[in-house]
Amino acid sequence: MLSLIVFLPIIAGLVILAVPSSQKQIIRIVSLLAALAQGVLAVLIWRGYDPALPGITAGPGGSPLGSFQFVEKIPWISLHLGGFGSLNIEYFLGVDGISITMVILTALISAIGVLSSWTIQKQVKGYFILYNLLASAMMGCFVALDFFLFYVFWEVMLLPMYFLIGIWGGPNREYAAIKFFLYTLFGSVFMLLVMIGLYFSVTDPVTGNHTFSLVAMATQSNYIKDAILGPANVFWRYVAFIVLFIGFAIKVPMFPFHTWLPDAHVEAPTPISVILAGVLLKLGTYGMIRINFPLFPEVFRAGMYVIGIFGAINIIYGAFCALAQKDLKKMVAYSSISHMGYVLLGLAAGNSEGMVGALYQMFNHGTITAMLFLLVGVIYDRAHTRQIEKFGGLATYMPVYAALVTVAWFASLGLPGLSGFISEALVFVGAFSSVTTRYIAMVSVLGIVFGAAYLLWSLQRMFLGQRKPDAAYDLVVGEDGHEHIHFHDWNGKLDLDGRELAMLVPLMLITIFLGIYPMPVLGMLTTSINKLVQVLSPVVMSQM
Amino acid sequence: MFELPSGAEIQGIIASLKASVGFFIPEIYLSVLFMLLIVIDLVAKGRKNNLLSITTLLGLAGSFFFIYQQHALPAGEFFFGMYVLDEFALFFKYFFVLSGILAVIITMADEQFETEVKSIGEYYALIIAMVIGMIMMASSSDLLMIFLSMELVSFTAYILTGYFKRNARSSEAALKYLVYGAVSSGLMVYGFSLIYGLTAQTNLIKISSELATHGYDPLVMIFSTLLVLAGFGYKIGAVPFHFWSPDVYEGAPTPITAYLSVASKAAGFALLMRFFYIAVPHGGQPYEDILGIDWLSLLILLSVASMIYGNVVALWQKNVKRLLAYSSIAHAGYLLLGIIVMNELGTQATLFYLLSYFLMNFGAFYVVILIANKTGSENIDDYRGLGKRMPLAGAALTVFLISLVGLPPTLGFVGKLMIFSALIAKGSLYMWLAFIGIMTSVISLYYYMLIPLNMYLRESRQQEEKEISQGLPAQIFLAVLMILTIYFGLFFTPLSDFALSSSAMFGLTLY
Repeated sequence: MLSLIVFLPIIAGLVILAVPSSQKQIIRIVSLLAALAQGVLAVLIWRGYDPALPGITAGPGGSPLGSFQFVEKIPWISLHLGGFGSLNIEYFLGVDGISITMVILTALISAIGVLSSWTIQKQVKGYFILYNLLASAMMGCFVALDFFLFYVFWEVMLLPMYFLIGIWGGPNREYAAIKFFLYTLFGSVFMLLVMIGLYFSVTDPVTGNHTFSLVAMATQSNYIKDAILGPANVFWRYVAFIVLFIGFAIKVPMFPFHTWLPDAHVEAPTPISVILAGVLLKLGTYGMIRINFPLFPEVFRAGMYVIGIFGAINIIYGAFCALAQKDLKKMVAYSSISHMGYVLLGLAAGNSEGMVGALYQMFNHGTITAMLFLLVGVIYDRAHTRQIEKFGGLATYMPVYAALVTVAWFASLGLPGLSGFISEALVFVGAFSSVTTRYIAMVSVLGIVFGAAYLLWSLQRMFLGQRKPDAAYDLVVGEDGHEHIHFHDWNGKLDLDGRELAMLVPLMLITIFLGIYPMPVLGMLTTSINKLVQVLSPVVMSQM
Repeated sequence: MFELPSGAEIQGIIASLKASVGFFIPEIYLSVLFMLLIVIDLVAKGRKNNLLSITTLLGLAGSFFFIYQQHALPAGEFFFGMYVLDEFALFFKYFFVLSGILAVIITMADEQFETEVKSIGEYYALIIAMVIGMIMMASSSDLLMIFLSMELVSFTAYILTGYFKRNARSSEAALKYLVYGAVSSGLMVYGFSLIYGLTAQTNLIKISSELATHGYDPLVMIFSTLLVLAGFGYKIGAVPFHFWSPDVYEGAPTPITAYLSVASKAAGFALLMRFFYIAVPHGGQPYEDILGIDWLSLLILLSVASMIYGNVVALWQKNVKRLLAYSSIAHAGYLLLGIIVMNELGTQATLFYLLSYFLMNFGAFYVVILIANKTGSENIDDYRGLGKRMPLAGAALTVFLISLVGLPPTLGFVGKLMIFSALIAKGSLYMWLAFIGIMTSVISLYYYMLIPLNMYLRESRQQEEKEISQGLPAQIFLAVLMILTIYFGLFFTPLSDFALSSSAMFGLTLY
């Protein structure tokens, strides 16, 4: 099941390879079908998932499979290393409470991304092949439980992303694409070294062989005491934690490694922005939760404070930057940085409330930010500009659009009744109840105020008031005597068309539903998070 | 003073020679092939057909049979300790014959040969000669034999580099190659003579036991290893003995560039490993008294300098062949990392990396040739928009370059994984080398990606958007190389097991 959900898009990509490039519609439909099938599988996995099983580490009785679900584990590579023994790599997939929400989110965002890609006209075949490769790799990252496999998926994402930004992006795309590539590669190569170091330090309790299994690595008793990343080697464990953390923090992106994100977002085409903000950023925090923290719990405890401070910087700095932006998309990009700060803060709290909040925030940020970028794309398609000052009074002329924007903007600023509120509230509850992060949380609350400021201000400037003299659109008096909006080079529907609604409405319904009744997601998370908190807590450490 | 050997001794020598010949069959076979090609060239002169290239290909392929038979023979020395046969040598025999085959295949694809070259017969003969020379390099176990085989390779390489006689760049490259080569061989022979002075032996194994049992002056020893390294460093193209390589790579016919960058480099590594592992395997201990410097620290220096210099200078290159030249300097640095750890895992990693380098570098040069056939240029700027016009070649080149960077799921990634595994398994003292290696490979991403950047992200200057066809054989060959690069990147057990079984050297005491 998991293999299928991971490799469906690649299969679609291979099918597309055989389709002549003039058949654009077939290519799009094949991609959409694959994405929808992925969605169906995601629903099946969700329905079949048992929230009572925690996952995270080895299961009862030290089972190497852990209490993961939908596990697929077959030997992949087994070879001899001279003078060392053997190298065993497994094709090991499985989900627990942490990954299942991300699997659902990925399937959802991938499908919406395909819909959003409908307007791509340039080199459609190449675009969808790369898009499907990216979709597969993302999904693979979330379900891989073998570090090697995870790393392969992680790196496979980079190249398609580079081309998707670089070929279909905006005017400054070359710079943005290579900056994205270099930044992420810089982070991930250190992950490679840590991965090798972990391999030499961890043995599988059942077979006694060294292993790449993340499940085995999450149990501290599986470490060889004197190995390079064994418990006795405190210095290298700290170094390993820090470089791994930086690798993931670049993806989040955490201040001061965030500068690639605004560039990438501004240049990327809308669907790629949606994927980037909706799924890719989550991989950073997911990596922290899956790999960084449980593998080095004692370092995590020592560093919670620092992570919290960086989270607070992200929240406030991101909000300030967003406040200063003239480009709507850049503003949304910085708002992403700000919102990912809440995730970091929640993780730094280290308690169940904070961590559940962080994971819930990851899910909500995925849906809400996807919506924001789609909405930015809608107006950019029509007006060919994203400068906030080029608009004004849009609410009068595009009422449906304005309504959707309002809901999305309010969801983003955390209005009660919408999903963002619950996750942010949980993060703050967690952060306040933890001694380490209490004061950090107090400062971070300011971020909500600034968040409201930039969102409401942009809403006001774009949608309320009158058309500005140099606006990006004209007003024409129609046959009915009313003024209508008119865009140059735009022949489509002036307000949202069916395809755009098909993308936006589901996201909006999810946002509203999860704002009122969050249990479908929270219920899946809680057991795993409690287990994670237990793994991270010092009690477990002292039992070793 | 000098006594003639007695009759019985002569009998013994002849018997031993006869026995040795049985271990030398692939080399004899290739020498016959070499002469056969010259004869065919004389007979079939002036005829425009593929007779010569097909003969070369089939002949080279036929040698696999004889090499394969050698697996049954016991590892050992013959020709009075001049020559050895072991798993390590067999690995390189396969490697060099295969690279000879690839060199011929990509020569057949290069249209420049049709205009520049009148007679191709001696070209193929020289490629065979170089294969023989490199096989001998990998199998030599005596200082004299090392020198002879290295010169055989060098001289054929000089001629091949200058094979486009009317092309000024090609001739310039050959001359530069010759001058640098002469100087470094001279230095190397000086180093050999010092070692002979210290030990009164030329056989590597005897040198080793002599060094272990008798005392020697460490200063002379480190000086002589430095001189020897000048010769080996020149062959592998490591900093600071790399000066020839960018000019030679740029000026030489592209198939020869590919051939030199893979095979001649590998031959240098074979020699370097055998020399240091067999003759002076004791690493630090005996030499520590000279400021703690030994040949190992020299190699570390060479490796770090090559990785940094090669990758950084490549950033400014505008010509693809030159860019790949600097990249090959950097790769020499990565390969040296595997040798530095001095254990079986390190040897395995080095051999594995050579295999991966073989595939991705030949692949990259093959695409460079295909593109140069159509555009007549090797400048990165002229690659604009080619991704659309040559879809398969563009995709394949991207895969090869990604593999050169070391990203999964390609073979180059596994090569780096093995090298870094060897370093980390060796201990935390080697961690900083891994750090340098990994940082420089991030740098390398930038310049390798310049090529896909031009191919895909930029529009071509001319308005022609037509697809360029390359012919079916070229496309199939390219697709095979590309698929192999990815396939072995995901399922690398056979290659790695082959590398491991090949890491056994005759007379090795190191591991």
